[in-house]
Amino acid sequence: MHDDHHDDPHAPLAHDHPQTEFEKRVDAVQALLIEKGIITPDDVRRAVEEMDSRSPALGAKVIARAWVDPAFKGRLLANAKRAIAELGIEFTQEAALFAVENTEKVHHVVVCTLCSCYPRGLLGYPPDWYKSLNYRSRVVVDPRGVLKEFGLELDANVEVRVLDSTADMRYLVIPPRPAGTERMDEEELASLVTRDSMIGVARARTPALQ
Amino acid sequence: MTRVHDRGGWPGAGPINRAEHELSWWEKRTDALMRLMWTPERRVIRVDEMRRAIESMEPGQYEKASYYERWLHALETLLIEKGVLTREEIELKVKELDKR
Repeated sequence: MHDDHHDDPHAPLAHDHPQTEFEKRVDAVQALLIEKGIITPDDVRRAVEEMDSRSPALGAKVIARAWVDPAFKGRLLANAKRAIAELGIEFTQEAALFAVENTEKVHHVVVCTLCSCYPRGLLGYPPDWYKSLNYRSRVVVDPRGVLKEFGLELDANVEVRVLDSTADMRYLVIPPRPAGTERMDEEELASLVTRDSMIGVARARTPALQ
Repeated sequence: MTRVHDRGGWPGAGPINRAEHELSWWEKRTDALMRLMWTPERRVIRVDEMRRAIESMEPGQYEKASYYERWLHALETLLIEKGVLTREEIELKVKELDKR
């Protein structure tokens, strides 16, 4: 029950369950920032909506275009922010964005060992495991073991590159286009592109057998 | 010396818990408030300062805290450090909201 008090900073906060300590503290900080005129309730709502509008569907759209249009893929690899803008996607994060391509020879997997840096503008909020201490610890020293845990076994001759994101650099993995998708259009292709395949812990889906 | 946030190769790490949860309303708002603090027109907090605030958490506290508990800790710490809010104000407001 959170939609009824956005416009009035002094309205009682309605909660349908007992508040946790952290909920109370966020409520308090938010209320104080509004009272001091630093933010408005609308600012908060818009900021939440902005992130809610970001999801792996955006990244999938980019990947599908790269699969069908080699020239676009070239531009994506050369300047990712400019390329995604062609699709009407604004990457509002200040950090640089790099696209990297997974092939039969090279496999990239992305982590942020220091925290949780992630291409939110294209994939939305990072998943819990991406932010977990165990993923951050292990994927840089045993990427093959970690990928196996995710169900992805790579041949021994595939070179594995682990990309450690920073506050200034974010990565988007272009997974290989699955076999048997020659007749699919861009929209159908996009439905095969999973979030995890764009982080590099999975392959894109293979099309369902007809 | 390796600090607590610098997890790459941290010894003793176990299996990765791949369960995911939908962010709750307070988590989304903590995320939103932090982002609002670093918009160009406000620049109350900078991203690097937020990282520093998280990275200087006491190691036991860092490891125990959930992701957004760390963000909230950083948000409060920095707003107090910068004189935007005081600790007393926050505690008072928590109590005030509690009574409602």
